[in-house]
Amino acid sequence: MTLVRTRLPRPSSLASPWSTPGLVVVAVLLTFLLTAGPILMAGANPIDAYVQFLIVPLTSRFSILEVLVASTPILLTGTAVALAFRGGYWNIGAEGQLLVGAIVAAALGQVSGLPQVVQVPLIILGGALGGGLWALGPAVLRVRFGIDEVVTTLLLNPVALLLVDALLHGPWRDPVSGFPESPRIVDAAEFPQLLERSRLHLGFLVAMVVVVAIGYVISRTPAGLRLRAVGLSPNGARFAGIDVSRTLLLTALASGAIAGIAGAGEVAGMQYRLTSGISPGYGYTGIVVATLGTLTMPGVTLAALFLGDLAVGASSAGRALGIPSQLGAVVQGTLLLVTIGLLAVRRNRAAGAVRPGAVGQDAESVASDVVMGATEAEDATQDGREP
Amino acid sequence: MVPAPTEPLVELRGITKRFGHLIANDRVDLRVARGEVHALLGENGAGKTTLMRVLYGLTRPDSGEILVDGRSIAIASPRDAIAAGIGMVTQHFSLVRPMTVAENLALGRSRFRFSETDALRRVADASERYGIRVSPTARVGDLSVGEQQRVEILKALARDCRLLILDEPTAVLVPQEVEGLFVTLRRLVADGLGVVFISHKLGEVGRISDRVTVMRKGAVVGTAPGRSDERELARMMVGRPVFGVERSDDHVDADRSPVLRVRDLRVAGHGVDALQGLSFEVAAGEVLGVAGVSGNGQTELVDVLAGMRHPDTGSVTVGDTELSGASPSAVVAAGVGRIPEDRHASLVPELSVAHNLVLERIDDFRVLGRLDERVIRVHAQGLIDRFEIRARPDDRVATLSGGNVQKVLLARVLSRDPRVIVVSQPTRGLDIGATEYVRSELLARRAAGAAVLLISEDLDELLALADRLIVLYEGRIVGTMRAGEADPDRLGLLMAGRAADPEGEAA
Repeated sequence: MTLVRTRLPRPSSLASPWSTPGLVVVAVLLTFLLTAGPILMAGANPIDAYVQFLIVPLTSRFSILEVLVASTPILLTGTAVALAFRGGYWNIGAEGQLLVGAIVAAALGQVSGLPQVVQVPLIILGGALGGGLWALGPAVLRVRFGIDEVVTTLLLNPVALLLVDALLHGPWRDPVSGFPESPRIVDAAEFPQLLERSRLHLGFLVAMVVVVAIGYVISRTPAGLRLRAVGLSPNGARFAGIDVSRTLLLTALASGAIAGIAGAGEVAGMQYRLTSGISPGYGYTGIVVATLGTLTMPGVTLAALFLGDLAVGASSAGRALGIPSQLGAVVQGTLLLVTIGLLAVRRNRAAGAVRPGAVGQDAESVASDVVMGATEAEDATQDGREP
Repeated sequence: MVPAPTEPLVELRGITKRFGHLIANDRVDLRVARGEVHALLGENGAGKTTLMRVLYGLTRPDSGEILVDGRSIAIASPRDAIAAGIGMVTQHFSLVRPMTVAENLALGRSRFRFSETDALRRVADASERYGIRVSPTARVGDLSVGEQQRVEILKALARDCRLLILDEPTAVLVPQEVEGLFVTLRRLVADGLGVVFISHKLGEVGRISDRVTVMRKGAVVGTAPGRSDERELARMMVGRPVFGVERSDDHVDADRSPVLRVRDLRVAGHGVDALQGLSFEVAAGEVLGVAGVSGNGQTELVDVLAGMRHPDTGSVTVGDTELSGASPSAVVAAGVGRIPEDRHASLVPELSVAHNLVLERIDDFRVLGRLDERVIRVHAQGLIDRFEIRARPDDRVATLSGGNVQKVLLARVLSRDPRVIVVSQPTRGLDIGATEYVRSELLARRAAGAAVLLISEDLDELLALADRLIVLYEGRIVGTMRAGEADPDRLGLLMAGRAADPEGEAA
């Protein structure tokens, strides 16, 4: 998790030679080279495999819409994570927030007698509320007591999963089948399908609206400027009179709410019930999406679609080429590591370009001289001069 | 007196170093002789430090040659430089604070095992020979900055250096310590060492150096005898005549009521209190200077006044508003403008100039729930023109030079017409042009009736700007005086905690 924190990708200017689009292309090529080995070992031609992973899903109407379906939850969790990271709140708990959103949605979905136009929005709001509240606890601990949210948000993920299991093995066990699944939600609670002969549901539309809205809030509103200021320099923001604690709490709340909506979408748009497998790690994939998307909303959208494409492709590649569909996860993981690596290299290059004013005053001058404790170097760079 | 320098000990020929578009050193030649203190004089960014980093192997030049004792040698790292007899004391010390002086001295050199008796003997030798007094068994972390500097010099001497480079050595010293340093340097050159003394302070250059090489914009302007006319040196350094800040010497009316009142301010520190019951007032149209070596409570005082730290006891009032423990936004709303020492931490460097300029009042630039980027940019352009900031509204603050960063902060503060200005080290690290500009802006605010609290380590600055002075030592006011009656010697003594006279009577 330190990795995620220290290698924070920052939105970059497109003008630089290491522009974000260029970086993504390089990352994909490197990933291809690195994963060629495992694919060969699985007995397939890497080029064929990549055609299956990335191209084939885009060749039919059905599979294109399946890509959108697969992208829906990670679009939301990716947005949730990107929003939090932009605000300097290291929310690693989108998975748990998604699950709690799913629980609330499943509960509201079992209420009968409401018209669909009431119940569906209610479920979306309920999911948001559940996810938001689940995210609020660690945020309060952070601003009140300075407890690291990376640890607390992460540790609450398995807690949320246990909560799901407790419900599914206890009060919500399906009375008909006896399986650990919640009762099916009522018809009026189901998200409407967007198109004929497709699983694409209202959740995708909601996700797109959320992405656009969050992008607008971050870049165009006072709240967004505060969030960015807090994320970039909490001290500078506080000095300028911004209420950093309040901003962090709101950021965490919004981030959790968005992840909660993802959970609601999976319950009311896909499974129509709560299952313990409702999320195969969408919350964690959200961190991948946010990082690949360099914390910008267009980037997050592309990354979510790309990973959705890969997910659909990997499952069909399993059938077409007889290779394990887990190779899709291998590709996704490799891509994440490669991207983080490239972002780190880019940042170091940027930092290496010495500013005129910084000459002779940087830590390098100290660190390169003989022996020195790491803390001393830090002291020297932070204080400028000794007290 | 040292005989006229003849034989060059170290010679630099045609050193050129580029950082991107910036030429830090442009075909620089420099000859330093045995037995001379050779001052390297220039504004910030003139290339002095870069040149010496090249000589010490910290920076690799693009071209040029280094000769020691007439022989061309390659210096790729400090190790090579040390082997060639070159030592450097940088502005940031590279000492291991938990270790003793003797252990620090042994660190760089002992190839075999650490011999404490040997190290102790070396320290004793050096103390005797050069008058550098430090206890060899003292823990470095417990030493004062001046003592730590002496350890750094000892470290260089212990490696048998023949050329000692000192990068702005007096910046961290009180006047008495500067005297001690100069005595040491005199003994070193009498012993045949060469000393390069980097500085931008004319006074001390004139007092200590045998020769002065002046640099400007990466190139050598010329080399002159140490006792040259200060005005002449200043002209070489700046490239134009320096006009000091003009100050209308109207005395503050006695009946002017105080705007900023500080009463019995206490802030806990490590062990002892950082502020031990501080009380003072600043009237409208007055500049109250706070003198003192850094680390005597200045940071805590500014933090409290800026709303960044809650005092343990005491009150801060501006007009009728109690601000003790108030948030930064409440402090700003009460009419306090804050320009702390750490400019980058007071801004959000990764945001644009325009956004930084509105950060204290984002909601004033809201229209229909969104930011009015057009107005924000117009606002920024207006301040950029008015405060002569060399930047465009969309430039990130992180890309600006120190002077321009300071002007951004200044613009943000002064554009709100604060009644009280709290400003700390306003010109540290700025070149002469930016320094003049900042000082004249502060005086203009004073003339317009603002109460200015000026915290500075630069005595010239305090004497030039302040109406009254208080001296901080260990969190207490140890002296109060009218600026016109202050003399640097007495201030130095007070700053060093050697003569407390809370009444402000002549010492």
